[in-house]
This record gives sequence, structure tokens and C-alpha cells, in this order.
Amino acid sequence: MSADSRREAAARLHIDWTRCDGRGLCAELLPEALSRDDWGFPLAAPGRLAVDADKSNVPLKHSELGAAADAVKLCPVLALRLARP
Amino acid sequence: MTAAVGQLSPAAVREPWDGGSRLFAAGGRAGYAGHLAAYGPLPGHEPRGTLLAQLQASGLTGRGGAAFPAGPKLAAVAEAGGAARYATRPSGPVLIANGAEGEPLSFKDATLLHNAPHLVIDGLLATAQSVAASAIYIYTAAGNLDVVAAALAERPDAAGVILTESPDAFVAGQASAAVNFLETGRAIPVDLRRRLADSGFKGRPTLVQNVETWAQVALIARYGADWFRAAGVAGDPGTRLVSLSGDVPAQQVLEVPGGAPLTDVLATAGIRHDAVAAVLVGGFHGRWVRPEGVVLSVDEGAAGLGAGLAVRPGAGVLHVLGPGRCGLAATADMVDYLAGQSARQCGPCMFGLPALADVMRRLAGGGSGGSGRGGAGAGAGVAGPPLDPGLVDEVGRLSRLVSGRGACHHPDGTVRLIASALEVFADDIPWHLAGQCNSGHAGHAAVGLAGVRDQPGRVPAEGGRR
Repeated sequence: MSADSRREAAARLHIDWTRCDGRGLCAELLPEALSRDDWGFPLAAPGRLAVDADKSNVPLKHSELGAAADAVKLCPVLALRLARP
Repeated sequence: MTAAVGQLSPAAVREPWDGGSRLFAAGGRAGYAGHLAAYGPLPGHEPRGTLLAQLQASGLTGRGGAAFPAGPKLAAVAEAGGAARYATRPSGPVLIANGAEGEPLSFKDATLLHNAPHLVIDGLLATAQSVAASAIYIYTAAGNLDVVAAALAERPDAAGVILTESPDAFVAGQASAAVNFLETGRAIPVDLRRRLADSGFKGRPTLVQNVETWAQVALIARYGADWFRAAGVAGDPGTRLVSLSGDVPAQQVLEVPGGAPLTDVLATAGIRHDAVAAVLVGGFHGRWVRPEGVVLSVDEGAAGLGAGLAVRPGAGVLHVLGPGRCGLAATADMVDYLAGQSARQCGPCMFGLPALADVMRRLAGGGSGGSGRGGAGAGAGVAGPPLDPGLVDEVGRLSRLVSGRGACHHPDGTVRLIASALEVFADDIPWHLAGQCNSGHAGHAAVGLAGVRDQPGRVPAEGGRR
């Protein structure tokens, strides 16, 4: 995402790290927004976040909102929620 | 614990070099009578908003580590409390004095509670009256419970204050962990949907401040913002307590003005500049510095005043690394400790900090297997096989991976410590990679760390240094 599109994020996907277990469903549903780190936990895809941005709230594009809603519903540990951009 | 209190003479509390001590003006182990004699009575009922206005004007910042401005924090709680005033169930603000002091190198909160508990209580009571609080808690380590209970019992106005023992864990003092503990008995941070000021303890507006912050509030309630600002500098007014430890003649608590040059603080404690290789400022979530030109200030723009490099004092820890000690080895031990103190809730912290600790230990060990926690720096001064030069890059990669990915700032603080070590001890890294430590011989700051941890009650006592 460019700086402009970051400002125009449709929503943010908040990761509750205290719940996340690294099951990986979200990264499969949102392959452009999320990758997985060394231990399987969701990681904002390269270029998605500005340096020093809040890594617990990943900006989403309009086209990703449907898949993001699925990820929130299907996360087996209820670690995700959608937040305002 | 009581033995340690007995050892604490008034002389163990040093005054700042300009003028008298503010927080210890009533002397060591001040009782209520001595407290009143030194400070006078707490002002009675004032027009609502007086304390808030004074606090806003004072520029007081939190003394627990994050240095958040105390005035705006109280304003948020007062506003949320005002909105909830007509609710049917108890909804007034909750005030929490945080004396958990999870920082292993910090003992200023214990010192304050042992010597000036009535200032802390005053700050709570003045604020409770100002915002119509519904509950007041003092949350502190086991070693401070007796003295605080005695202080509460000897005054007529503190019957409503609830004293609670905090667990001995690094993250137990994190604000959301403190609230979580009071609610559920688990002192681990939570993923907050709303600010504590809006919805904290049982959904009520909640104000968590470090015990020293509450003591400063008590002084501002009495003497006002202008008096408070007479010490320190414009960007960091007032005084603060610092815990001095490491390679020092005596561990002690000092009260220093905002913007104090670090070399002046060390000189006050009788530490010559050639007896210092580096200083850890702020605590295990702080940073290493070379003291020359450093001022202790929450205002990082203070350098523009020609004051040198402004370093945030964090939790007030000043830990001296003497010449010949290995800073990388000391840092590796600290990271090892921090990894062990993860609440193990958040994956990147639970897995990432041990990974970082492992890489740091390899770097510190210089190929000889590392010192390990509690070891006396077995790797230092001993030549070993060369290390993989990619270790430094791996530290950077792991640091980027863990920072910002947790419910609290435990990973971020750990990363900050490591980054400062790689910067300040940069000259040592090539030696370590070549399998050799250049910093003299074995024995490093971990020994000092153990010394602080072993102090009963963690109050300064004679011969505190090992």
C-alpha cells in the first residue's frame, strides 16, 4: 500500500495477541494483507505498514473487507476484530 | 522485611544537590505526625477542578516509566467519571497507586513507601475528593505491605484505601495488568478495547499512577504548580527519584531535578567519571548510554537547549557498568531475564524474546558458549571460535519481528534495550565475532542485578553492593 492508500484504508484488522494462537486461517483468507512470522503468527505483508506503524491494527483495502469479515468469524480463538481505519 | 526497614536510616536517603529533598522532607521512615509537621495538613475541600487545573499547569509526568502527563490523564478520568455520575451501580472513578515495581533494578518505589508513605496516601485522597472516586487501591510488593498498612492505620482519613499485594513479576506493574489483577487475580496485561480512563476496573473510569506520581500529586495539591515547576526545567519540571545500582560505592535512591546532567547525578553519588563505562538509564526497558553530555529528561527536545542528549529516565533506574565489564554480556543476561518474564500470552513475545535472548547470548559469549543466567560471565575474556557474522543482522531481524506485536510494550522495551546495546557497545561486536571479548575479565552487571534482587524489601541498606 502506498502512503495514500494507507490513509484511505477501508478498515483495520485488530489482532488480539493475548488470544492469537497462530492457527493461520486469517493469513490464508487475506494473503495480500497478511503473511506469517517464524512461529506462524500473522504478520502484516511487506509494505502494508509504514515504519513504526501499529502492527496490531493492519490496514485493509475495500476489496478485502469480505474476506476480513470471514476471518473474524472463523478465527478459532476469536482473536480478530474489525476496527475503524 | 522488618529487618531491612530497621537498617534504613534517614541518611540512606540522599538529598538533591540544590536545596532540600521534596519527597523525603519529613526524614526517613516518617510517621503521620512527622509528615504533618514537615508538609502541613492536606488542603480540605476545594472548588471542584482546582487540583486538576494545578496538575495540568504543573507539567507532572508519570514516574513509573512511560512518563505520560498526569494532568491530561486525570482530566480523562474526571470527564469519564462525570459522564457516569448518574448510573445506578457504583461507577465513580477508581484510583490505583501502582507500587508493584517489577523492574529488578528499581527500588525507589519501595524506598518511597518505606519513608514517605503518607505523601502517596495524600495524593490518592486529594484526587479522590476531587473526582468523587468510588474506590482507592494501593497495589504493591509484599515487602512494602506492612509499612503501608501501618501508615494507613495511623491516620483518620484513610479507612477507604484498600491495600493489595502485587505479584513479583516484571509485567505485574503494567497498568492493564494491575487492573486485571485487582479484578481477576491474574497480573497479566490485557488487550484493551477502551482506555483505562474510560473503562478500567469493573468498567469504571480508572486512573493508575506510579506511587511516586501520587506523592508528587500530594505536593502539587499543597503548594501548587508554580512551586512544582521551580525545580527541574521547563520541559521536565519537578524532581524524580532514581535508583542507583551496579558498579557503585553504594546502592541508593537519589532525588534529582528534571533535566539533570547524568554526570552530575553520578558525581553526587561519589562516582568518578573514569569509573563508568556505560550507564543503563530507565531500566530493563531503557537504554545504555555513555554518560558524557547526557541529561535525564522526558523532553527529548531538550537537546535544543544546548543541554546535550536528552535520555528519558523511564522508571528511574541508573545502573552503572564499570570499566572492564562487558556490556554485551550484561545485556544478554537482561534479555534472558526479560524473555523469562514474558506473560506468555502473545506469540511474538513468547517465542521472539527467547529467540532474541539466544542470539544475544551467542553474541555475548564470543563463541565460548555464553555466560548464561546467573553465571559469572564465563565467556568474557576467553578466546573462542569465531562467530557467524550474520548474528548482528539476525538480532535486527528478530527485533523488527517482535516490536509492536503484543498487548503491552514488553517486546518493544526489550528491543529498545538491545538496540542501545548494539549502538553503545558497537566497538565490542567485532571482537566478539572474532571469538574474543575485549572488555577485560569475567564478572559483569548480572552480579549487580542479583545483588539488587536479593535485597529484602529492596530498600537501600549499608553495604548493598556485592
